[in-house]
Amino acid sequence: MSRATPWLLVALCAPCAAWADWTVNLTQGVTDISREVYGLHMLIFWICVAIGVVVFGVMLWALIHHRKSRGAEAHNFHENVAVEITWTIIPFVILIAMAVPATATLVKMYDQSEAELDIQITGYQWKWRYQYLGEDIDFFSSLSTPQTQIGNEESKGEHYLLEVDNPLVIPTGKKVRFLVTANDVIHSWWVPDLAVKKDAIPGFINEIWTRVEEPGVFRGQCAELCGKDHGFMPIVVEAKSEADYQQWLAEMKQAKSSQAAAAEKTWTLAELMESGQQVYNRTCAACHGPDGGGLPGVFPALKNSPIALGDPAAHIDIVMNGKAGTAMQAFRDQLSAVELAAVVTYERNAFGNNTGDLINPADIAALKQ
Amino acid sequence: MTTQTYYVPTQSRWPILASIALFLMAFGAGNTINGLNAEQGGGIGVMLLLAGALAMGLILIGWFGNVIRESHEGLYSSQMDRSFRWGMSWFIFSEVMFFAAFFGTLFYIRTLAVPWLGGEGEKGVANMLWPGFTAEWPLMAPPDSETFPGPKGIIDPWHLPLINTILLISSSVTVTIAHKALKQGKRSAIVLWLAATILLGAGFLVFQAYEYVEAYHELGLTLHAGVYGATFFILTGFHGLHVTLGTLMLIIIWLRVMKGHFSAEKHFGFEAVSWYWHFVDVVWVGLFLFVYIL
Amino acid sequence: MSTLEQTAAAGELTEHHHGPASGIGRWLFTTNHKDIGTLYLWFSFIMFLTGGCMALMIRAELFQPGLQLIEPAFFNQMTTMHGLIMVFGAVMPAFVGLANWMVPMMVGAPDMALPRMNNWSFWILPFAFAMMISTLFMDGGAPNFGWTFYAPLSTTYAPPSVTFFIFAVHMMGISSIMGAINIIATILNLRAPGMTMMKLPLFVWTWLITAFLLIAVMPVLAGVVTMMLMDIHFGTSFFNAAGGGDPVLFQHVFWFFGHPEVYIMILPAFGIVSEIIPTFARKKLFGYASMVYATASIAFLSFIVWAHHMFTVGMPLVGEVFFMFSTMLIAVPTGVKVFNWIATMFRGSMTFETPMLFSLAFVVLFTIGGFSGLMLAIAPVDFQYHDTYFVVAHFHYVLVPGAIFAIMAATYYWIPKWTGRYYNETMGKVHFWLSFIGVNITFFPMHFIGLAGMPRRIPDYALQFADFNAVASVGAFIFGFSQLIFLYNVISCIRSGKKASSEVWEGSHGLEWTLPSPAPYHSFTEPPVVK
Ligand code: HEA
Ligand code: HEA
Ligand code: HEC
Ligand code: CUA
Ligand SMILES: [Cu+2]
Repeated sequence: MSRATPWLLVALCAPCAAWADWTVNLTQGVTDISREVYGLHMLIFWICVAIGVVVFGVMLWALIHHRKSRGAEAHNFHENVAVEITWTIIPFVILIAMAVPATATLVKMYDQSEAELDIQITGYQWKWRYQYLGEDIDFFSSLSTPQTQIGNEESKGEHYLLEVDNPLVIPTGKKVRFLVTANDVIHSWWVPDLAVKKDAIPGFINEIWTRVEEPGVFRGQCAELCGKDHGFMPIVVEAKSEADYQQWLAEMKQAKSSQAAAAEKTWTLAELMESGQQVYNRTCAACHGPDGGGLPGVFPALKNSPIALGDPAAHIDIVMNGKAGTAMQAFRDQLSAVELAAVVTYERNAFGNNTGDLINPADIAALKQ
Repeated sequence: MTTQTYYVPTQSRWPILASIALFLMAFGAGNTINGLNAEQGGGIGVMLLLAGALAMGLILIGWFGNVIRESHEGLYSSQMDRSFRWGMSWFIFSEVMFFAAFFGTLFYIRTLAVPWLGGEGEKGVANMLWPGFTAEWPLMAPPDSETFPGPKGIIDPWHLPLINTILLISSSVTVTIAHKALKQGKRSAIVLWLAATILLGAGFLVFQAYEYVEAYHELGLTLHAGVYGATFFILTGFHGLHVTLGTLMLIIIWLRVMKGHFSAEKHFGFEAVSWYWHFVDVVWVGLFLFVYIL
Repeated sequence: MSTLEQTAAAGELTEHHHGPASGIGRWLFTTNHKDIGTLYLWFSFIMFLTGGCMALMIRAELFQPGLQLIEPAFFNQMTTMHGLIMVFGAVMPAFVGLANWMVPMMVGAPDMALPRMNNWSFWILPFAFAMMISTLFMDGGAPNFGWTFYAPLSTTYAPPSVTFFIFAVHMMGISSIMGAINIIATILNLRAPGMTMMKLPLFVWTWLITAFLLIAVMPVLAGVVTMMLMDIHFGTSFFNAAGGGDPVLFQHVFWFFGHPEVYIMILPAFGIVSEIIPTFARKKLFGYASMVYATASIAFLSFIVWAHHMFTVGMPLVGEVFFMFSTMLIAVPTGVKVFNWIATMFRGSMTFETPMLFSLAFVVLFTIGGFSGLMLAIAPVDFQYHDTYFVVAHFHYVLVPGAIFAIMAATYYWIPKWTGRYYNETMGKVHFWLSFIGVNITFFPMHFIGLAGMPRRIPDYALQFADFNAVASVGAFIFGFSQLIFLYNVISCIRSGKKASSEVWEGSHGLEWTLPSPAPYHSFTEPPVVK
């Protein structure tokens, strides 16, 4: 019967194969470590196949030849110490043969020394934050696939669910060390091509490193159940050559200063409402719902919420500082002053919360100091 | 193996009633606790919890009453007695594992988690997230001292805890003497030594209650005081609960002795309770060592 | 006090000579190991269908990329409840039910050692699961943090229903511990004269060791959920770094329970298969003694491998290496078992009735699951496999064609003894083939999607995983619906099957086959003598 399985699968998969390219094996990846891991994977796989062939082969032989309908008579042996010891020792030896290279690879992975760039990665529900230590670069990265594609109203793009607004950018040829942690629950930062998967534990830091030789874009996903949108927090890593990387750094710093300028200008209610809606849908709707309805018992509704209708200061406070011990995170660092002002204004005037309040970005910028 | 016929009781109402009572307790406790959190007060949850607990108490009295009656009618063979013994031994083993979980927690936190947070050991980078935090045990200033204000002081092991250690260890001795007396059939001695055991147990509880009050009101050592308080209370708390149960069981046994229930040969009920008591005692020694002294 | 002889006789007269009571009272108040076994088995089957329906909901949502049927929040609840119900509601009670039915008969006992407690162990379960399933209707929904409920997702960030989940787990724990105590006491104390330990049937041996595992680890589970409760409601910080605790501590304590738990779900299956294969090979089990030692070694090792579920949490290197090696070691005793089964078939005289078919499929497919387990044990490679569908494939191979197939084999094997009637063999074979094919279509492609990089516990996925997901979903429905054949076969067997002899199978050996079929309400009122 073990024979039947592969054939059945082939038969079943044949039609599927026609309409899409599909992978059935681990990626080799793009780093020395990832290739080593792939090699280990294949080694263990083939050892298991070989053992399987022997074991199932003997079994199949017995199933065919020692059946009653063929007139087989039952023999009467039921013990043989020598045989039993042999088949205890042989697997043991095979295991040692596997353990040696595995340990060697593991030791390499754990060698954090001589890193040339440190990036702190923090998992948030449901986005990643990348802080380049010593570079004053700090940004959030979240899913950019539109909701319409997820809801099947629009056809799905090539990188459906594996695309983000701000990818992590690293230089090629350098040993980059990641300091992985989390803000709320446990996440796990996983990029298969780098063979890097590390859990992000709130309050603790895990170290892991990589060195990518060639430029490229590598995609991964959060790999630890972290709540409702666990399936929607992808990771995109862009490896750039040293020159491109430096240019990117400069652009990032540039963008930051122009952001600060925007807070100075005066905004109308309509402008704030418009950008507020964008921010809301991108950042808040995951929990509080696109219509402000929340999720009863877990995420409060903002529609008719006493906070959204009450004192603006309290509203601003909870959005900026979050509420410790709940899923409501602090958005102080995640959003710019304009975005914060816009989203609070939006919440106070959308979903039928017609307070008419306008929150001034400049005030928020002052609070942010 | 004996060839005596093994007594299989007929149908019994107790188990299903006990299941219902347990359900009421669990469901009631769930409602009560969730109510506390939502600051709406217990309401129906508390009622269910109390009703369930009361029912459970009555059921246990009825159930054990049944067992005692059967034992008196002489329905139990020595093989049956061994079943009870196996049952009790494995139950105590399960209790050991329950405490092992908490002791394991304590060791992990002391030797790994707190030092890591404080910047020591292989995962010391974690200290980046908690600038200014240094590892120490007892943990007086948790990493986030605003949310978890550490205790102001800790319990001095050489006062109340030492007294309690002496109380419990002597209670183990007295219960053993009572057991000896039982084997020799000296009823009045049993009653006396059991009474002493009960008093020692009760004394322990009084001191522990006092210690808790002191911890909360003077030392700021609370459940909320960070992980030192958490491990302290979960270990001593569950131990205290077991002492309470053990004392109740001793009282029941004491009453039964006075009613003349046990004979020099057959007194499994007595032995079960004394085993349990010794177990509670051993756990305390572990606590005294690892929670208070070290 | 009267002498023992007399009382035994009195007990005999008043208590022993009665059959089952009639009406619902028979089931509510029973102290009879067979009645309780039956209750456990039916309960487990209902839970299997419930958990199975949840699995079908998961598979239906995953049939295509995009969100079609259920919301992500509900999807997580389904995954969690599916895992919990299958593990605690389907597999464990099924094994306890089989133990209740068979252990007393196999050791030559009149009943379980503590019959009233036995009833209690069972009746706690329906209440516990009623409470757990009721969380689906509470505000904020059911537990949504996976069956492994890692803190702080299950503490600070959990829906309010988590409190009821915790108490339900406590109730299940109480039930399992009492059940296990009962089984141990029965095996150690109620064996018939001459039934020495090394003559015990393997099913009894494996259960003895399983019961030991249960008593050792269920209290640890109780401990960890208690700490959760304290963290959620009473301000402690066991799993919160801000107070000096550690979320990873939760995982250590959980897996100290969790890994032995997975062997709790497989050791009795080993026992079942070790009963069935000799019967249909008409040959004594090869290497009885080494089977016993292998089981004991697996149990011992199961306590020191727990952190192989946590290779990616960032343990220090020594920890990683230690847990990798100890985990790999388990392949040795497990291999001994597989080799012994094959040696038992070798040079036998085999026939292929339904129980044998299920057992053979068990040997092959469990071994495949074991191989993928071994691959997962290689820590540096597990960094790639962890929390992908490769893991899902691994554990369904050991659990579905492992544990579940063994339970079905056991049902087909012993049902003539239970009911006095044969099931319909043709229907049994159809059930087997559909299940066998369905299970492979469902779970084999999961290896591929896992390796290709699909994380587990996600309601929607990238396009390159689409094809195999569709295949798996089709398989799940085939497998699921073929279980209705099983249900039908069992019911028609009870009602109108062909009468069975007491020996039932041509090659059967053991005390249970010396009793008439159906087995009398009280098994061995006089202990048999085993030579
Ligand atoms: C019945 C249940 C069961 C059983 C028996 C097993 C058996 C094994 N399991 Fe599995 N496992 C689970 C249930 C089970 N597992 C579950 C439920 C999970 C996921 C939990 C979750 O996260 O939700 C899991 C997850 C899991 C992981 C974590 C993966 C991850 O999350 O990253 C690992 C890692 O080491 C692992 C390893 C093993 C090993 C080495 C065995 C070994 O016991 C297998 C031994 C058997 C063989 C190897 C085959 C036969 C042997 C031979 C023929 C001899 C010769 C062979 C060799 C020398 C190779 N399992
Ligand atoms: C013994 C345990 C067991 C069993 C038997 C199964 C059986 C099945 N499981 Fe699974 N499963 C787990 C234990 C088990 N599972 C665990 C522990 C997890 C991890 C959970 C977690 O991540 O936390 C998991 C997770 C899991 C996932 C991953 C979910 C995710 O990561 O999001 C999937 C996905 O396909 C899946 C599928 C299935 C399927 C298709 C079956 C099939 O075998 C089911 C067969 C179907 C039926 C039996 C239905 C029968 C019903 C009918 C035909 C309708 C008739 C109805 C009535 C009469 C009322 N399971
Ligand atoms: C990960 C989930 C999550 C996200 C994302 C989120 N919130 Fe919240 N929010 C919560 C939770 C949970 C609470 C309830 C906290 C409590 O228990 O008081 C909350 C509370 C609030 C409240 C107070 C409502 C009340 O009546 O108590 C406001 C206002 C609010 N959030 C605004 C926002 C804004 C603005 C954003 C986006 C910029 C946002 N939230 C994003 C989870 C979230
Ligand atoms: Cu973040 Cu899953
Ligand atoms: Cu495991």
